[in-house]
Parts: sequence; C-alpha cells; structure tokens
Amino acid sequence: MTEPSFQVAAPRSTPVANPLFEYLLRLGDDRLVLGHRLSEWCGHGPILEEDIALSNMALDLIGHASSLLALAGEIEGQGRDADALAYFREAVTFRNALLVEIPNGDFAVTIVRQFLFDAYSVLLWDALSRCEHEGLAAIAAKSLKEDKYHLRHSSEWVVRLGDGTDESRARAQQALDTLWRFTGELFDHDAVDDAVAAEAFIAIDHDALHSLWLTMVKDVVQRATLTLPTDAAMRRGGRRGFHTESLGHMLATMQIVARSHPGASW
Amino acid sequence: MADSQWPLWEVFTQPNKGEPFEHAGSVHAPDGELALQNARDVYARRGEAVNLWVVPSTAIVASAPSDAGPFFDPGNDKPYRHPQFYIAPRGVRVF
Repeated sequence: MTEPSFQVAAPRSTPVANPLFEYLLRLGDDRLVLGHRLSEWCGHGPILEEDIALSNMALDLIGHASSLLALAGEIEGQGRDADALAYFREAVTFRNALLVEIPNGDFAVTIVRQFLFDAYSVLLWDALSRCEHEGLAAIAAKSLKEDKYHLRHSSEWVVRLGDGTDESRARAQQALDTLWRFTGELFDHDAVDDAVAAEAFIAIDHDALHSLWLTMVKDVVQRATLTLPTDAAMRRGGRRGFHTESLGHMLATMQIVARSHPGASW
Repeated sequence: MADSQWPLWEVFTQPNKGEPFEHAGSVHAPDGELALQNARDVYARRGEAVNLWVVPSTAIVASAPSDAGPFFDPGNDKPYRHPQFYIAPRGVRVF
C-alpha cells in the first residue's frame, strides 16, 4: 500500500462558506467512495454468496450517498444534483475520510475497513436520526437500518477471519494494523461541526461517539482474538480535500462514463 | 473430487407472518450465522420474507426416485380411496 500524504487539519476557527453543504458532502462522499470500493468486488468475491453480499452493501451505500448528495445540492442552491456532485468534482473537492478510499487489498482489508466504518456509521446515524434537521434525520433513520445489517455482516466476518486459520488471522491483524491510523479522522471535530450545530441544530458529540465506537470495536477485536493497535500517529486530511493518491485513480474509473457521455440516460 | 466449497445449507423463507415456510434454494456458508446472512442476501433482500430458516443440507432426509412407486402411487385403481368416489347426501352444500 502506498503511504498516504497527510496534512494537519486547519484550526477550528477557519470560517466555512456553507457549513451544512460541507457537512452533507462529508457524509455523502464517505458513502459514495466506500460504495464504489465495494462495487469493485463485483464479480471478484471469494465465493458467489459473498460477492452478492458485498455488491448489496455497495448498492446500499451508493443509495445513501445519492440521498445525501441530492440534499447537499439543494442546500448549495447552485443547481447541482447528486450526479453532478458525484461525477463532476475533482479529488481535491471530495470530503470523504481517508479510511474509505484505501484500496480493497485482500478480503481481510476490505472486511476490516468495512467493520471500522460500519461501527462508526451505525453510531452516527443513530445520533443523526434524532437531530432537528428533518431531511437529514429521515435519511439517517433509513440508512441506520441498512448499516446495522452491514455491521452484523462485517463484524461476524472479522471474528471468523481473526479466530480462523493462521493465514486468515495474520491477514486480519495486518489489515487492522494498517487501517488503524485512518480511524482518528472519523471523530475529528472542526469549524464545520461547530457551524452546523449552531445553524442547523446538528450537534454530534464526537468524543462520546469515539468512546462508544472504541467499546464496540474492542469487543469484536477481542472476540476475533486480534490485538488492538496502539499506534497513535493518526493520518488525516480527507475532510479538507487532502487525499491519498488512490482516490484520483478510483474517481477516474468511477467518473469516466458520466464524463464521456454527459447528460446521457440509460 | 473432493468438494472444496463450504457446506451447503437449504434456505426456507416465510413470505408473511403465520404462513408456512417455503423452500427457496440453497447457499454455501461456513456456519449457521453466515448461512443466515447469505440467505438474506440471496433470497430475502427485496421483501420476499419476514423470517428465514437455514438447515444443513446433510440434515435433510429425502425420498429416493426409486421410492416413487411405493411412496407416491396414488392408487387410482382403488377409486374408493378418493373423496370424489362418494356422493354427497342431499342437504349437504357442495362447494
């Protein structure tokens, strides 16, 4: 895996032009990018049933992204719809966390990446489903239901890979060690979070979320007989558009059809 | 040739509460929990079921094709075995 470039997040006081738009992009881009990564497994799954499971999860996530980006486009008010936001933006304007753009690697990397994200996503949707922004609360409630299933699937797989053969155990531990450094960014709190809390009543307590997430992750990691990494050097930057080099390659594949045939419908 | 796949599980779906479970097909899975998840993804993702059963295929005891005669021959030469043989008495409503 390529060592990602990373940047220190800007201080909290940086003003943001349209914080709700920015916030929805973060939510939408996380799911769009992870959904596309999972879709890369289609036709390549380790067995037919898992191929279908990964593709189903990809579709769910792209569905969530579609709702979120459509809402983001409305909030932005520049006439951009979900497709425009998904297919006609460059990597530097993507706001996804680095974790979701990390290439699929082997099955263990895909599953551990999915598990770390699912646990975060379930907790976040649970909190957002009770927020005071009606449109977002509705998306959160619907997505929560589907993500709970994703979490069940990915966490059961982490247990089976970790507590499996010597080979699967080594690969699962390697995946956990590699991906751990990208988890800190999920719980960062910056000016955008402050602004949406003040303006749109979307207030997420990231420290509380982080501690709930750690409890969930520790429980599964323990059941999987794996070791939780203690590496504290977290990589961040995705929320501000500083991505690893792999995102550009992924977007080139994801966006080429829409860009080659703008406005086409099929 | 040895089967390198995971064990096979038979999947039964219940379309609605209170209705009988129907055989939907089969999936491969290493254990019951993942068999349930695979069955959900393959047979019950679009609202086809409210409940699922998965059963190891090896647990199914099946009749053999050679049993067809003794097991299933309806005995058409003994018409009195069929309800249609009997004429309903007057006063009984026939549906």
